[in-house]
Amino acid sequence: MRVGLFLTCVNDTLYPDTGRAVVKLLTRLGVEVDFPMTQTCCGQAHYNTGYRHQAEPLAWHFSDVFGAYEAIVTPSGSCGAMVRELYPRMGERAAAEGRGDALTRALAPVVPKTFELTEFLVDVLGVTDVGACYPHKVTYHPTCHGLRGLGLADRPRRLLQAVRGLELVELPGAEECCGFGGTFALKNAELSAAMGADKVRSAESTGADVLCAADNSCLMHLGGTMSRLQSDMRPVHIAEILASAEEDPAV
Amino acid sequence: MSGTFVGMPAFPEAASRAVRDATLRGNLRHATHTIRAKRAQAVAELSDWAALRTAGMRIKEHTLRHLDRYLVQLEESVTAAGGTVHWALDAEEANRIVTRLVQETGESEVVKVKSMATQEIGLNEALAAEGIRAYETDLAELIVQLGKDRPSHILVPAIHRNRGEIRDIFRTEMGRWGRPAPEGLTDAPAELAEAARRHLREKFLRAKVGISGANFMVAETGTLVVVESEGNGRMCLTLPQTLISVVGIEKVVPAWRDLEVFLQTLPRSATAERMNPYTSMWTGTTDGDGPRTFHLVLLDNGRTDTLADRVGRQALRCIRCSACLNVCPVYERAGGHAYGSVYPGPIGAILSPQLRGTASAIDASLPYASSLCGACYDVCPVAIDIPEVLVHLRERVVEGGPAVREGNRVVLKPAKGHAAERAAMRAARWAFTRPGALRAGQRLASGTRRLHPRTLPGPGRAWSGTRDLPAVPVEPFRDWWQRTHGGKEGTG
Repeated sequence: MRVGLFLTCVNDTLYPDTGRAVVKLLTRLGVEVDFPMTQTCCGQAHYNTGYRHQAEPLAWHFSDVFGAYEAIVTPSGSCGAMVRELYPRMGERAAAEGRGDALTRALAPVVPKTFELTEFLVDVLGVTDVGACYPHKVTYHPTCHGLRGLGLADRPRRLLQAVRGLELVELPGAEECCGFGGTFALKNAELSAAMGADKVRSAESTGADVLCAADNSCLMHLGGTMSRLQSDMRPVHIAEILASAEEDPAV
Repeated sequence: MSGTFVGMPAFPEAASRAVRDATLRGNLRHATHTIRAKRAQAVAELSDWAALRTAGMRIKEHTLRHLDRYLVQLEESVTAAGGTVHWALDAEEANRIVTRLVQETGESEVVKVKSMATQEIGLNEALAAEGIRAYETDLAELIVQLGKDRPSHILVPAIHRNRGEIRDIFRTEMGRWGRPAPEGLTDAPAELAEAARRHLREKFLRAKVGISGANFMVAETGTLVVVESEGNGRMCLTLPQTLISVVGIEKVVPAWRDLEVFLQTLPRSATAERMNPYTSMWTGTTDGDGPRTFHLVLLDNGRTDTLADRVGRQALRCIRCSACLNVCPVYERAGGHAYGSVYPGPIGAILSPQLRGTASAIDASLPYASSLCGACYDVCPVAIDIPEVLVHLRERVVEGGPAVREGNRVVLKPAKGHAAERAAMRAARWAFTRPGALRAGQRLASGTRRLHPRTLPGPGRAWSGTRDLPAVPVEPFRDWWQRTHGGKEGTG
């Protein structure tokens, strides 16, 4: 199977290790990965801040870049939810504004084929044991858009539970938002920081060394909070844990 | 809406006091987490919750689609049952009607059932201006009224007060409104409840006029329904000679049978009870039983404007259960007062800017008072997609666009103060539709990575004031990919 890796602009620019981990993991599982070089951003920040019309060209661009792949895989619950949940809505709104169904038709080939990484592993490849080894104590934060937007449910946990050497501990209040929320972190900085600090404290209470999530945006916010609070925990993307192998471990 | 909250600062400033108040945050956290857990348990007891939620949503959707028909039917039913129906376009008209109706009875005191509609229009203040005293009889509303305070929760208006504060309010204020608090009142819950009971009993037995809202109005029979926990409402609904109910037009349901859904979903969502302790229903007037005169004031106050909006109209499905407040991480930390409206929390963030418009600083900031985590949508018993409406209203704030205000189609201008953001969004869109430009930016960032500060000046200070920025990597992923996999620029 040949899949298009939609890495997302945040991962591409700030977290290339996550992208390398996805390539390593999927290749190990026999998937042919391609990274179309013309990809950019899904437009979520635009859409969620109220600039739907600025997000539309980015949806068009996404459909141009990824239309030909059998499947599109992204290591971000948030950007995955943007494509799967909000792109169709953008098509409907464009139609309601008298601009016809061109956007809906352009998006039809990409929307149902777009999968968040853990969904792709469990639902499409049908694996929960990806042959990983990661000898650390880990707690998992289910990010809001993955949890409620895409309905990832226990897929990430099942994958983590099958990792050799990994001790998974439950995060109290796991389903509460970490407070990132894209531009919310700027527009309501104090609230966002308070939510982040509470999340870090409850993660620390588990005694885990690693806080794992399937979204680097939330981890950027939580990692920045940990750094400021001088916490001993580290934020790690789930792809990096799943890619880690005994002969080639992630740190 | 009421002038009570006009002049409020925008949400982020209003919230900052609450965020820094450790006691308030502690109170709110404890209260919301307790009720959140109980609600989840009460909902989990029902195997058909999802079906009930869908049924509630459909009944409300259907009613709103044919609101004109059901309101006319309601008016006919209420009139046939001996009541009188009045139509109020806005808060001012509703207040004028109620004031006149009270004045016609010759009374200068009324007892009130807890009601969001009368809070919304500022009825108590309007009556006071005409020399009529309105006594709140719901315990929490009594605390708020005596404390010259504002409600901070839809269902638990005094959620921000602790027992010690309530005792002090009772001691100093009760005497000015009627029967004083007993000597030596402590903060024991039973003593506080007993003080309130004695104070209120005097009001119930004396009042000739009662004022209420309603949770539901049944079009086919003209029946109004109030659900409550304390029984104070039932006293106000049955003892006075005249009853005046002020109800938002969206509260109508077509048939008696529709109540079977909401009388299950409302109490479980609101107070985590299988059934609320008191359900009072009345249909017009009946000889020898209850009030002799019944008036129904049907309140619009921005509701038909809201109904005209295809995305935003779902806010009118709300049954005021407060489940979205109790589950919201933003409400939990900001407190109810920061929302600048009698409707706080996620539902307030979408309802107030629709009922009042987005012209004021507070109304323009409310659609951003959310991280879009979606917990509110999950718990809503009528499936209002609150995040969807928030984003829709954000669009109205930053881009303007068509809307209906006071019954007229208008094109709203974008709110002031978003010029820099708008320019940044346009620039980002420009770069993101040109992969070469994005790549140049990434290379510039990587090339200068050692110079990057971990904190930011200007608007970014809000972020880096409390969090460290991530370090920029040596090379972006796409450069690594090209180096190792030979991907060609410009291929797709």
